[in-house]
Amino acid sequence: MKEFAYVRAGSVEEATSAYASRTGARYLGGGTNLVDLMKLGVEAPAALIDVTRLPLDSVEELPGGALRIGAMVRNSDLAAHPLVRHRYPALSQAVLAGASGQLRNAATTGGNLLQRTRCPYFQDLSKPCNKREPGSGCGARDGVHRDHAVLGHSAHCIATHPSDMAVALTALDGRVELVGPEGARSVAAADFHRLPGDRPEQDTEIRPGELVTGVVLPAATAGLSSAYRKARDRASYAFALASVAVVLRLEDGVIGHAGLAFGALAHRPWRARRAEEALLGAAPTRAAFEHAVDLELAAAQPLRDNAYKVPLARNLAVDVLSRLTDAALTGRAS
Amino acid sequence: MGNLQHHSPTTLRVNGKPRTLTVDHRRVLLDLLREDLDLTGAKKGCDHGQCGACTVLVDGRRVNSCLLFAVALDGCEVTTVEGLSGDGEEPHPLQRAFLERDAFQCGYCTPGQICSAAGVLAEAAAGHPSHVTAPAAPSGEPVPLDREEIRERLSGNLCRCGAYPRIAEAVEDVIS
Repeated sequence: MKEFAYVRAGSVEEATSAYASRTGARYLGGGTNLVDLMKLGVEAPAALIDVTRLPLDSVEELPGGALRIGAMVRNSDLAAHPLVRHRYPALSQAVLAGASGQLRNAATTGGNLLQRTRCPYFQDLSKPCNKREPGSGCGARDGVHRDHAVLGHSAHCIATHPSDMAVALTALDGRVELVGPEGARSVAAADFHRLPGDRPEQDTEIRPGELVTGVVLPAATAGLSSAYRKARDRASYAFALASVAVVLRLEDGVIGHAGLAFGALAHRPWRARRAEEALLGAAPTRAAFEHAVDLELAAAQPLRDNAYKVPLARNLAVDVLSRLTDAALTGRAS
Repeated sequence: MGNLQHHSPTTLRVNGKPRTLTVDHRRVLLDLLREDLDLTGAKKGCDHGQCGACTVLVDGRRVNSCLLFAVALDGCEVTTVEGLSGDGEEPHPLQRAFLERDAFQCGYCTPGQICSAAGVLAEAAAGHPSHVTAPAAPSGEPVPLDREEIRERLSGNLCRCGAYPRIAEAVEDVIS
């Protein structure tokens, strides 16, 4: 590992100016991905700006009922927070479906969003990877790609984004708050991560020097229910093969609101807008769910070895839609 | 000593004792414990946060010590398997249960399993849910740990000998 300078930031402003004054700086959160990438040689920052002690470690309700989650809130604390569990169960479930207890105790909300793909070619310096080394090629396209993207991939990159949490934030219409050299702004969670196109080295819309300071979820209005379901190779402690977050509200017997996002299918959490449009105003029947999800997944372009992801994602989504609807109709908590 | 830009004085409280070292920023907690403090209980398995053999408690929470730069922990309280029972006169109930249940073969993962289990007990007592906790379970109340909960919560600790059934039994013994 290359030597690096270390700066412990006491305020957001201190962090962003420390970043701006050094070349090759990286912000350090829980480090569960960055430290690993430094050990692998994928990342070699000249300086780490430690942001873990910034006062961004609380979950608070805003006037009007929105919820702000500080970027330094640890994943385990986020999943256990009463407001998150009761109002946004998909978020709590998504976080708990990821990683291990040890990793969730360290990983932060901001760092979870910014974690890199676990594509084995990205993590192996001896292999070509356009994301790690633009122009070097993609080893996965004709290689081992069972876990890779079926939607929105490009000739340059077929990696998936590994976060469970981000999938729930996307379906819940969360916004990512950022502070950088040019001030503060926010980006919809659904737009925060990019598709690879011809710039796969760019995972997100974050600008140089910007720091994630928090995530805001809109108020969970009455009748809104949500859930997350993940399929993986073993029952625990594995990345998703496919996952889905569903946010649903029934109004007068039809679907009044639908938020649907898939994980592990694309370079970003895949907001299923086409499916949502088809669901709006429809009666909540299994046939309607299948129709809507099929419309969305018609865009899938599976690779040689990952076509299984399409029916898997379809079945997960239809199942969660059905369960949420049943729970709403029978008055049970979801 | 090298360039001061790449080293920093760091104080940790390890098993109750304050320890101040000038650490290379690249030093992860696991290597500091094993190489600098001769506390070799925490083990280096994968060194990438995948196996859990390096699990220790930092400020009472279980973490993978292989993924934490020591410099970032300045001022923190670290408890390793050596310090789990306090004065060391009596083994921690988890240590005793692992012995009584013969919950290991080679023993390499055991310190991590025991520290992780100590973290699990504290998390469940504080009402932290897991992937298998019913979503409707009340927030903030202790979560009862049945076999399924124990297995899920300890999934970050691999045992290549496959001693899982007895590890789960040992943890159950401590709960009951």
